[in-house]
Amino acid sequence: MSSETLSPDQNLPEEADAISVAPNWKLVWWRFKKHKLAMISGIIVIFIVIIAAFPGFFSTQDPSESRTRGSFIPPQAIQFWDNGPALFAYAIEGKRNPRTLKMEWITSETKKVPLRLFGRGYEWEVLGLFKTDIHLLALVNPDDPPVHILGTDRLGRDQWSRVLHGTQVSLSIGLLAVFLSTIIGIVLGGISGYFGGWIDMFIQRLIELLQSIPPIPIWLALSASLPRTWSVTQGYIAITAILALITWTGLAREVRGRFLVLREEDFVVAAKLSGCSQLRIVFRHMVPTMSSHIIAAVTLAIPVMIINETFLSFLGLGLRPPAISWGVLLQEAQNLQSVALAPWLMLPGVAVIITVIALNILGDGLRDAADPYH
Amino acid sequence: MLVFILKRLMLLPVLMFVFSIVSFILIQAPPGDFVTSYVAELAASGSSMDQVQIEALRNLYGLDQPAYVQYFKWISRILQGDLGLSLDFQKPISELIGQRLLLTVILGLATLIFTFMVALPIGIISATRQYSFFDYFFTVFNYVGVATPTFMTALILMWFAFSNFGITITGLFSPEFADASWSFAKAVDLAKHIWLPMVILGLDGTARLARILRANLLDELNKPYMEMARAKGMPEWKLVLKYPLRLAINPLVSSLGWYLPLIFSGSLIVATVLNLPTIGPLLLRSLISQDMFLAGTIVLTYFGLAVIGTLLSDILLAWLDPRIRMEEA
Repeated sequence: MSSETLSPDQNLPEEADAISVAPNWKLVWWRFKKHKLAMISGIIVIFIVIIAAFPGFFSTQDPSESRTRGSFIPPQAIQFWDNGPALFAYAIEGKRNPRTLKMEWITSETKKVPLRLFGRGYEWEVLGLFKTDIHLLALVNPDDPPVHILGTDRLGRDQWSRVLHGTQVSLSIGLLAVFLSTIIGIVLGGISGYFGGWIDMFIQRLIELLQSIPPIPIWLALSASLPRTWSVTQGYIAITAILALITWTGLAREVRGRFLVLREEDFVVAAKLSGCSQLRIVFRHMVPTMSSHIIAAVTLAIPVMIINETFLSFLGLGLRPPAISWGVLLQEAQNLQSVALAPWLMLPGVAVIITVIALNILGDGLRDAADPYH
Repeated sequence: MLVFILKRLMLLPVLMFVFSIVSFILIQAPPGDFVTSYVAELAASGSSMDQVQIEALRNLYGLDQPAYVQYFKWISRILQGDLGLSLDFQKPISELIGQRLLLTVILGLATLIFTFMVALPIGIISATRQYSFFDYFFTVFNYVGVATPTFMTALILMWFAFSNFGITITGLFSPEFADASWSFAKAVDLAKHIWLPMVILGLDGTARLARILRANLLDELNKPYMEMARAKGMPEWKLVLKYPLRLAINPLVSSLGWYLPLIFSGSLIVATVLNLPTIGPLLLRSLISQDMFLAGTIVLTYFGLAVIGTLLSDILLAWLDPRIRMEEA
């Protein structure tokens, strides 16, 4: 893209000057705005983050509340039209098949369960600060049978609420693991690229060694050796650390490559000649220049982490119930029997796919925008 | 070329030494020694082991000696070809792994061939017809392919086949061949079953490789030598296949270095869902039952497969690209 296309509005004459004085982040932002798909993905990601922050608000039921008489209820559609705008769902009734003794759920077109926006439901905690019982979607009459937008699982737990709560865990584990590996990657990659010589040699060989290890068996073996008696929080931290331990290498390579290029730049030489300390050169002058690259690389690393956590938990070696993550939810759909009986148990996978696609497109857009001078 | 290969081969023992230490650390990782937990497990299930047997096991693995002695005992037995006994299955580990390892390698190679056969044409078409319907279609396919965890693809296909055609598509063999010895009929049966796990495993890699090829090919397509050849009247398809493709394919071959190990270890998850008789599900089971020597041996096997995969891709790359073999030799 040439530099003329950077200007947000060609009609204003002063915009030409705006480009030459605009700070780096502004140039990146102008260029990013041109990428429509990445903008849409960015909005989707913001939505997902809001859900992850307030899963209770969007839920319709306590995610760990089980009802033995309501297992494997299929998804119920929310209706918006009933001779005029309305908000309700058709009631669903269970009948036991006299021959197979299997519960069969039939939607009754005559019985309606009225719903309302911003109604009251179960109590939930806002960011661990205070409690409220306001929900986006709630029953008008609390004695009505609950509505399950994504159906229920083996224990009759509401899957919609569980997927939303899983968003919090899956997304935050991805973020934390990437945060950890970014720090390791920047420190080691920076040392490697800035100092060069035998330090560079040693770190590069270490990275090559780690990259030639197939990660999945190592992850499995490490997480299998975690004590089973650990609490949910301990397991969460341990899994995050295990994921970060092997994945920092890619980022370290990226940072090293940027350092090698920047080291020869005029402004670094100028800083050195004016007597800046090495720490100041690295953190005040070099790191800000490559921050947009780092942000793009980090955005692309998060979806990889999310998928890896899903793998581990799906195989029963990652997070363990009662923790709720997308992988833990998908564990319920591990074999043909349960999938054939209740195909909607695969729906948490759709949450994974949407999130990963959105983050990947966003990351691609950021990477393209990261170099506004080219 | 020979010097290059020899240099790479010399690196092999060093790598395997490091990896064997990593595997051994993993064996040691669970708290408590495994004989104690094994005895406890036996006691819980109602049976027991006499003291002499327990002592013999402790001696064999050197459990009361420091870690490096234990490592030495373990690795020297492995080098002699004695992989030890799986406590969970009560069978020699070599017997458990043997057949499964062969199937893992067959599945991995089949996936690799499938990936290249599909990714090459897709990459070429998307690059030569940039921004066409094909290109957009495969861009979408790429994003979805990378974003869908392999086990989800396996689950969805399994469910689709079951609910629409009433067939179960798990396993690598029909029941009558599962325990039979190798014969022509068994190989045919394998070929009938292997395509599905092959496609599922290869989907993600196909999307990535096609993307890499497209990007590299696009860089080459605008170079002056292309114009030159066109001006001389060379047919377009021959031109693309003969010059830019040969340059653009190098990064693809070097990606084999990470792709082949990824197939081997990635097949673990698909194999668990589809219930395939490869080493993946065995690793999972041994980890869950804390049969750590079996688990450690399988992890070491994965490392071995990864090292061989990298070696093969290095040799292939040197053979394709004279610049690399001159530089390294």
